[in-house]
Amino acid sequence: MGLLYGLIAAGLALIFGLMDVVNFAHGEFLMIAMYVTFFLFAFFAIDPLLAAPLVAAALFVFGAVVYLLIVRFAMRAKANAGMVQIFSTFGLAIVMRGLAQFFFTPDYRSVTNSWVGGKTVSIAGIYLPEPQLIGAMLSIAAFVALYFFINRTDFGRALEATREDAGAVALVGIDKNRVFALGWGLGAALVGLAGAIMAIFFYIYPDVGASFALIAYVTVALGGFGSVFGAFAGGIIVGLVEATTALILPPSLKSVGIYAVYLLVVFIRPRGLFGSM
Amino acid sequence: MDTQFAQRRRRDLIVAGCFAVIAALVPLFVKDVYVQNIMVLTLMYAALSQSWNILSGYCGQISLGHALYFGLGAYTTALLFTKFGVLPWFGMLAGGAISAVIAMALGYPCFRLRGHYFVIATIVIAEIALVLIQNWDWAGAALGIDIPVRGDSWLKFQFARSKLPYFYFALALACVAWLVTWWLEDSKWGYWWRAVKDNPDAAESLGVVVFNSKMGAAAVSAFLVAVGGSFYAQFVSYIDPESVMGFQFSLLMALPAVLGGIGTLWGPVLGAVILIPLTELTRSFIGGSGRGVDLIVYGTLIVVISLALPRGLVSVFSWRKEAAR
Repeated sequence: MGLLYGLIAAGLALIFGLMDVVNFAHGEFLMIAMYVTFFLFAFFAIDPLLAAPLVAAALFVFGAVVYLLIVRFAMRAKANAGMVQIFSTFGLAIVMRGLAQFFFTPDYRSVTNSWVGGKTVSIAGIYLPEPQLIGAMLSIAAFVALYFFINRTDFGRALEATREDAGAVALVGIDKNRVFALGWGLGAALVGLAGAIMAIFFYIYPDVGASFALIAYVTVALGGFGSVFGAFAGGIIVGLVEATTALILPPSLKSVGIYAVYLLVVFIRPRGLFGSM
Repeated sequence: MDTQFAQRRRRDLIVAGCFAVIAALVPLFVKDVYVQNIMVLTLMYAALSQSWNILSGYCGQISLGHALYFGLGAYTTALLFTKFGVLPWFGMLAGGAISAVIAMALGYPCFRLRGHYFVIATIVIAEIALVLIQNWDWAGAALGIDIPVRGDSWLKFQFARSKLPYFYFALALACVAWLVTWWLEDSKWGYWWRAVKDNPDAAESLGVVVFNSKMGAAAVSAFLVAVGGSFYAQFVSYIDPESVMGFQFSLLMALPAVLGGIGTLWGPVLGAVILIPLTELTRSFIGGSGRGVDLIVYGTLIVVISLALPRGLVSVFSWRKEAAR
C-alpha cells in the first residue's frame, strides 16, 4: 500500500517540484483513472493490469490538457498567485467530482474477476494479497523508470533545467509551456498507473479521490516538496505507519497515525525529510 | 494621502452602516422562510469568512483547517448546554475562548512552517480533531448531538417558530466581524500583519515580532469563527462531527473571501452575498437530482473567478473608481 501511496504522491511531487504548484485535484485524477480502468474492463474486458499503460496514457493527455486550459493561466496571475493556484485546482476538483456524479452516478462500482483480484500468494508462510503485491512491484518498476527518465533522457534534463531557471531555459530555446505540459502529463500518468492498480481492489465512486488526496499531500510533504524520491520514501513511511496504527488502534483511527507522523516530522524538520527548498 | 485614507475609512463605515440598516429592514418585507434561511446562512458565512480573512487574508497564513474552530464552538456550546445546562450565551464565550487558546497552542509549532507545509498542517490538524470527536462517545461520537428544544427564548437562544431572532443575531455577528476587521485595518496589528504577509523577513528586520503578530491574528480569527460555530449549533439544533468539522467547511469559509477579494475589507461580504444564495439556489433547483450539476456549476464558478479576477470581485469596483478618477 505504501508503494502505491508513493506512486500517487510521486505524480504530485513531480508537478510541484517542476513549477511550485500543488495540484489540489490530484485525488480526482486518481478517481478518473479508476473509472477509466473500470470502463475498459466492463466494456472491452481488458484486465486492469493490461489496461494500466492505456490508463496512464489517457491520464497523460488529460494532465497536459488541464495544464494548458487552467494551470497555465493560474500561473500568470500577478496577485495572490498561491491562492489562485490552490483555488483553481480546488474548483477543478469539485467540477470533476460533479461530472463523475453526473455521468457515472454516485453508485459504488468494482472490478470483479480480474486476473489477480482476490487471490493470495504465500511467501514463506506469510499470505499476501496478489493485487497488492503486483501493485508494489509495478510501483517499484515505475520509480526505477522515472529515475532513469529524469536523469538520463533529454526531456528529463529539460524538466530539471526548467525547474532550476525557467528564464534561462527559454533563452536556450526550450518552450517552457511544452515542458510544463509534459510534466503535468507525466505526473498525471503516474496517478493513472496507480489508479489502474487500485481499481482492482478498491470500490470506485465519485468521491474516492478525496480520501487518498489528503494522504498524498501528506506523503509528498513528508518527503519534502520538490523531491520525487522523497515522495517514494514518504509513501513507504506512510504505508508502514498506517499498518502499525491499524494494529494498535481501532480502524476508525488509522489515519490519525499518518497525520500525527506528518506533524511530528515537519515540526522537527519544517521542509520535510528530503526537502531542499 | 493620509487624509484620503481616513476619508475612505469613514466612507466605508457609513456604507456599512447603511447596508446593516437595509439588511435589518429586509425581513419586514420578506416573510418567506426559505428565503430567510438563505439570508441567515449568507450573513453567517459573511461573518465566518471575514474572521478567516483576518488570519489568512491580512496576515497571509492560509488556513484550510478553520472548521476546527467552528466545530469547537459548536461542540462547546452544545455540550455545555445538554450536559450541564449552561446557557448558550456562556457556551458561546467559552467556545470562543477555548478556540482562541487552542489556536495559539497550535500556532506555536505551526507558525514556523511556511507555504504549503503550513496549509497541509492546518488541514491535517482539523482532520485529527474530526476523527477524535467521531470516536468520543461522551460527545455523541459520529452520531452527534441533538440539542433539546426547551421553548422559545432569548435567554436560551432557541427559537423553534421563527427564523427572525437568528437572522438578527447573524446580522449582528457579521457586523461585529466587519467592525473588528475595520478597526484592525488601521491599528498597529493591521500594519504588522500586512508586513508579515508581504515579506516576513523584512518585517522581522524592521522590528515586527512576526511570531506574535501571527499568534494575535490566529486568536482573533479563531474566537470569531467559534462564536459562529456556537450560533450554527443553536440555529440547526443538531450537530454531528462531519457537518461542523468536516474539511468542506474549512473550504466554504474561505471561498467567499477568496472570490470577493482576499485581504480586503469588503471581499468576504461581497463573496458571501453572491456565493451563498447561488449555492443554495443551485442546490435546491438543480441539485435535487443528486447528479452533481450543482457541483459542476459551483466548481466552474470558482475556477473562472479565481483565474479571471485574482484579486477578487472587489477589484472590479476599485478598478472602475480608478478609471473614473
